Amino acid sequence: MKKILISLLFCLSPLVQADTVKGLEIMTEVEHRDLGWADMSANLKMRLKNKNGDEHERSLRMKTLEMQNDGDKSLSIFDSPRDVKGTAFLSFTHALEADEQWLYLPALKRVKRISSSNKSGPFLGSEFAFEDLSSFELKKYHYDYLGDEVINGILCFMIETQPQYEHSGYTRTLVWIDKQRYIPIKIDYYDRKNALLKTQTFDNYQQYLGQYWRVNQSLMTNHLTGKSTALIWENYQFRQGLTERQFDKNTLKRSR
Amino acid sequence: MEKQGRVEKFVVNHPWWVLLLSLVFITASSFSIKNIEFTNNYRVFFGEDNPQLLAFDALQNTYSKSDNVMMLIEPANGEIFTRKNLQAIVELTKAAWQLPYSSRVDSISNFQHTIATVDDLVVADLVRDPLQMTDQQLQTIKQVALSEPLLVKRLVSTTGHVSGVNVTMQLPGTNPMEAMEIAAEVRKITADFTKKHPELTVHLSGMVMLNNAFGEASMADNSKLVPIMYGIVILVLIMCLRSFSATFSVILLIVCSVMAALGLAVFAGIKLTPTSASSPTIILTMAVADSIHLLVTFLHNMRLGHPKKQAMQESLRINFQPIFLTSATTAIGFLSMNFSDAPPFRDLGNMVAMGVFIAFILSVTLLPALMMILPVRVKPQDELDNRTMKRLAEFVIKRRKPLLWVTGFVAIILMSFIPQNEINDEFVKYFDETIEFRRATDFLSENMTGIYNIEISIDTGEAGGISEPQFLADIEKFKNWLEPQSEVIHVNSITDTFKRLNKNMHGDDLQWYKLPEQRDLAAQYLLLYEMSLPYGLDLNDQINIDKSAIRLIVSLDNLSTRQMLALEKRLNEWMVINLAAYEINAASPVLMFSHIGQRNIVRMLIGSGVALVLISVILMFAFRSVKLGLISLIPNIIPAGIAFGIWGLIDGRIGLALSVVVGMTLGIVVDDTVHFISKYRRARIEKGLSSEESIRYAFSTVGIALWITSLVLICGFIVLANSSFKMNSGMGLMTAITIAVALLLDFLFLPPVLMTLDKKLTNKSH
Repeated sequence: MKKILISLLFCLSPLVQADTVKGLEIMTEVEHRDLGWADMSANLKMRLKNKNGDEHERSLRMKTLEMQNDGDKSLSIFDSPRDVKGTAFLSFTHALEADEQWLYLPALKRVKRISSSNKSGPFLGSEFAFEDLSSFELKKYHYDYLGDEVINGILCFMIETQPQYEHSGYTRTLVWIDKQRYIPIKIDYYDRKNALLKTQTFDNYQQYLGQYWRVNQSLMTNHLTGKSTALIWENYQFRQGLTERQFDKNTLKRSR
Repeated sequence: MEKQGRVEKFVVNHPWWVLLLSLVFITASSFSIKNIEFTNNYRVFFGEDNPQLLAFDALQNTYSKSDNVMMLIEPANGEIFTRKNLQAIVELTKAAWQLPYSSRVDSISNFQHTIATVDDLVVADLVRDPLQMTDQQLQTIKQVALSEPLLVKRLVSTTGHVSGVNVTMQLPGTNPMEAMEIAAEVRKITADFTKKHPELTVHLSGMVMLNNAFGEASMADNSKLVPIMYGIVILVLIMCLRSFSATFSVILLIVCSVMAALGLAVFAGIKLTPTSASSPTIILTMAVADSIHLLVTFLHNMRLGHPKKQAMQESLRINFQPIFLTSATTAIGFLSMNFSDAPPFRDLGNMVAMGVFIAFILSVTLLPALMMILPVRVKPQDELDNRTMKRLAEFVIKRRKPLLWVTGFVAIILMSFIPQNEINDEFVKYFDETIEFRRATDFLSENMTGIYNIEISIDTGEAGGISEPQFLADIEKFKNWLEPQSEVIHVNSITDTFKRLNKNMHGDDLQWYKLPEQRDLAAQYLLLYEMSLPYGLDLNDQINIDKSAIRLIVSLDNLSTRQMLALEKRLNEWMVINLAAYEINAASPVLMFSHIGQRNIVRMLIGSGVALVLISVILMFAFRSVKLGLISLIPNIIPAGIAFGIWGLIDGRIGLALSVVVGMTLGIVVDDTVHFISKYRRARIEKGLSSEESIRYAFSTVGIALWITSLVLICGFIVLANSSFKMNSGMGLMTAITIAVALLLDFLFLPPVLMTLDKKLTNKSH
């Protein structure tokens, strides 16, 4: 019996492996094509919308430092609403461990370290979870290539990913990668009970430094609650010479 | 009459054609029955324009929805904080994430507990790996949980002897079976759970389980009550008609009427609710009456030796008008339910009215046709003993004066108890103890918290305005006023979160467990809090999207609608004085149910009035006498009055369901009067008999039929009184009382009144 099972598995494995290998190949290429931009800054507007159609907007500036073999470091500084202006959020993301996070509250004039294994929680009340926004690291997921599909007229690879982080909020996601540019066009997120929870779409990519594609708008729709969040990016800047000094909890107070 | 005679002849002479046409009609109208749907959502009890529903919808659109399943864990050892029991809670919490439509699971185990040391904030699940815990750690967790305002009386009892796992659901509302789908899954999960942890009991409550109970109650009623009802009807029919063919035909007629009415209702887009699901029982009861009158005369004629055809033709001739009249008045009575504020009662009224109408049509077509086709054998001695009726007639004629006085006096005494009734209802008690939801919810409110609540939205009118120190102080004052109110169990307020964050940001120093005193600081705390919220939670639970308004959730004891309205009044008075600067909206399902009783009674009074006027006018035309029409009002109105007097003595609480009884019974009790008066009139005018003789004639011709039909009706509504759904059972009992009173009055009070008034007026006119 055992023998039969093993041989069965053996027979099946090339088929499965082919998908997995191709999935990893594609995603390796995705990561490879986006290496070397060093640092980046941009203005970000978050437009929150509930089922009723009520809207609310927040704006912040985001600086990101590209890290080798680790998640990127990012610094977000709030501009509006007025009450939270100057609040700064520093985050060192990691692929498989908890992120490190610090928050500077100007009204309190103190930096607080927040220790939490929570990456599945919402980023600032939006439909984006922390884990949806942190930088793409190859080892965050296991990949399976499922086939090709056309999304919005773009021929895509369809890839299923399974999060490797223990506390992820998802069982899997479906990612459609543009076959030409190797950038995501659409992502479906499946929750813990493997039901479709959210869909993220990417609109209006632009290429910078002749290589790096950045999106101008990304929309996350929550199918369960009917809420959605649009992220609107403006004024991308690259290679401004940012260093780890600008991403340090001790200098967080001074970041404007 | 000429035309009517032709119809009778056709029916009697061409039974096969009539049968065929009837079957075609029934098949066509019951065609849609396969698409029947049960709605299980408490919302169906409220019309689109119900102001409390609109207020609640406004809240639900602004904040996260509050549909939930509460799984309450009761350990046999009476202590939640043991390694094993905590481990069980961790497991159930994890399993609950798998429930369909779930968006969030909350329990003491995954509560996001924050510990602060100097400049570090550690946010983590309160309970992790409970099996590895030391006694010291267990004690710490217990102490934290039992002093956390967000947990005590929400997810754990004050003593820690029970604890809940609360699942928030996002129902898309596209499928009426959602609640049942969830309930089935919840039961599966809890069954697996209690199998693994036999020392734990799980009680299931919450809004989703409430909705499911509505669906289950209607299905249980239909599978429990309808067969009983058929049994009773068959028994009564066989005893009274003593003919198998006749009994079979009546049952066929009933089944066809019910099916056709249901089919047409489904075709019209009506979805069954626990209330309208009682329509088959009521139609069944109502359909019997028409056929009994027809068959009693028919069989009587046959026993007298008339040939079959002639016996039926004569029966149709005598009964057509009264049957038509009674069907029309009954239909009007049920149609008066259209004045109700609660759509399920409108549906019920329309479905029964439709059923009654169809039953009438079939009674004068299908039924006679079947009797022509089927073999009917009668033995002359089989006639039901009519001597009792004759003796009753003699008694009534002889003692008319004392009867008039005694009955009148008793009626007045009983009606004087009407003011003993009060408009009062209790929402959870719509279900009796046979329903799992009722038992679980009783247990929940006795041990931890209630499912009754009021949600209060307080709007500053300015984006970000909720961080204003003055606003937070006002809310805190409101909370401090609310908490000591005797009805209040728990107040869920964002101010507790602000105070906890302030303490956390000052190294967990208890002195800082107070509201932040600067607006920007409060806003920044909120931002910090937002960043630390776990999967499935956001501030929308308590704060609207632009942070201009907050929602307080006040959990309450099980209150009656009266107590609820009293509390609402007190609340509004306080808010008008102390929270005048803000826009306030208070709403909840319980508030909706608390108001609907009152609204419905006002509407139904109008509806019953309209029905009364219509029915009286019909009777005046039918009897071609204003006088007889007016006399008939007496036994038509008084039964409802007496029934409510009796109700005041035995129960005294009138809710949503009882307020429809007057209009509905009006149409039914009129039937007896119509039959009695029409026979009386026939004797007076056609046969030229004296008043006394006419009374004798009426008793001997319809006495037995009245007795049988009333018996069937009373039985039918007593069966309905056994419904596990209180709205139906109260309505059933009350209707049974009314019909019984009406029968007594028709036998004991109407004849003396007729003799007295008719004679007086006749004398005068001479």
